Amino acid sequence: MSEVITLKGRKVVGGVAEGEALVTSETISGWGGVNPMDGTIIETRHELRGVSFADKVLVFPGAKGSSGWSSIFHIARLAGKAPRAMIFNEMTGKAALGAVVMRIPTVTDLDRDPLEIVETGDWVKVDGDAGVVEIRKSAEQRKAS
Amino acid sequence: MQLTDHEKSMRDGGEGHAKQKAMELLVRYGEALGAERFVDTNNVAGVPGSTNAFLANYFKERGFDASYDVIYSLFDLDSDEVVEVPRTQVYSCHLQGGMDPVEWETMGMSAEAHERFMTSEDAIAGHGIQLLKTCTPYLAGNVPVKGEHCAWMESSAVVFCNSVIGGRTNTEGRESTSAAMLTGKIPDWGFHRDECRYGDYRMDVEVPVDTVMDWGMLGYFVGDAVEENIPVLTGKMSQPNLIRHKHFGAAAASSGGVEMYHIVGITPEAPTLEAAFGPRAPRERFVYDAAARRKVYDAINAVGSDPNVDFVMLGCPHYSIEQIWEVVKLLDGRKVSENCRLWIFTSRAVKAVADRNGYTKTIREAGGIVLTDTCSSISQSIPKGTRVAALDSAKQAHYLPAFMNIEAWFGSTADCVNAACTGRWEGEAP
Repeated sequence: MSEVITLKGRKVVGGVAEGEALVTSETISGWGGVNPMDGTIIETRHELRGVSFADKVLVFPGAKGSSGWSSIFHIARLAGKAPRAMIFNEMTGKAALGAVVMRIPTVTDLDRDPLEIVETGDWVKVDGDAGVVEIRKSAEQRKAS
Repeated sequence: MQLTDHEKSMRDGGEGHAKQKAMELLVRYGEALGAERFVDTNNVAGVPGSTNAFLANYFKERGFDASYDVIYSLFDLDSDEVVEVPRTQVYSCHLQGGMDPVEWETMGMSAEAHERFMTSEDAIAGHGIQLLKTCTPYLAGNVPVKGEHCAWMESSAVVFCNSVIGGRTNTEGRESTSAAMLTGKIPDWGFHRDECRYGDYRMDVEVPVDTVMDWGMLGYFVGDAVEENIPVLTGKMSQPNLIRHKHFGAAAASSGGVEMYHIVGITPEAPTLEAAFGPRAPRERFVYDAAARRKVYDAINAVGSDPNVDFVMLGCPHYSIEQIWEVVKLLDGRKVSENCRLWIFTSRAVKAVADRNGYTKTIREAGGIVLTDTCSSISQSIPKGTRVAALDSAKQAHYLPAFMNIEAWFGSTADCVNAACTGRWEGEAP
């Protein structure tokens, strides 16, 4: 059995989902930063430029930029390109409203910094209602299977 | 969240389905934020009921038309059922939209898109929402006062409202503003609260900051440094006018997520350094010196290499009448190069003055055009064949190349007007 790391935080949006983590240490811009038709980051100098968050558990510091954040992520949901769940550190109106209208399990205020623990490729389960995140490291994931 | 009796009544449907759906969304949003209550607002700025090809087709494929009620219910209120949306009783305005209402063909828009735009606009006006059609409502008749609780979208307008005026708003989104337009409620969180308006970071400005371009670069630097936090600036800045605040705030809200800034001795909630920080201790001190200025100039200009400019876009955020007057003076009888286009964006209110003063005509005779409602980034519209743009806005330089996959130069308004007339970029780092 692979080791599970559990983090405890606060519910932003309820529900439970799990999937492969996509982690960035950089804040994400919605309008002008994301193409909602495929969920790809398009911001010129972003470390995830060209990478899609569709069907991933998106782990990021927070939202920045235009007030179109929620509507871009809302359209991504309608286009079927939303993340499965989100974990972020810095609460803003943009990130809160975006999570609400995407209707995906989302947590914040975790007891340890998720950006230092979760790596892209890890298998992550987000229980929004309980505010709990479970992380299975990808190397152990491979060993276990 | 703790709700008042009136809020409970709205949530429970006592004032109709639309207000019920709006309250349900606002409660979901308030709980997500961690807010404990709502605050009343009678100044809401958003983009309710607006549609585009994607939304129109999306709802059509699911058996709905793209009417105001459908878009407002299923998208703006994130409701699962369509409700009849009443006329708003809360003072509300519509911010920028997708095209110029008259020159839409110049902007490359289809007749179908224009028809959708006009139908949606008629419905918005019919529901009592003011058609300001601008990212600068404070230049088009909606100027909040200090302490007024607002619910505004548009990051450049939000930062202006909080910082320059002392009004109170978070950076709201389309769904929260549309819900606030029906209910007059917004979560009492963030910038509505005294304790959330103090500075986080100190920013010492050690090089002179004077021109609009200087202020734009400083804003871009500040946003990059503090991200979504509140900077407190001191140092070698000359007294900024409205245009300088507008370009500074827009840039800081684009490179980062700055929603409020303090400039000691200048902005209303920063009479002194101590007052700006209040009970908070500065988390870190940043220095804006010559090296930082050069770095930020290079960062904003990172997507410019070909000096042959074929498009000059001004008016981000929407130009004030002072800036349009400035362009007319800078043109000084010259013509726009045959190889270049000059588009200047502003609000309908400001354009009415530009029309009356003859500026619109002068600019047109020079080969440029004054457009309203939108900008090249919002509309994703540039003249056909554009490869290299010139911009006097750090915000537009941040967004436009990413959207349109073009090169862009950033410089002063004079650099841009010169580029429009010669087709060559000759701007230099300060």
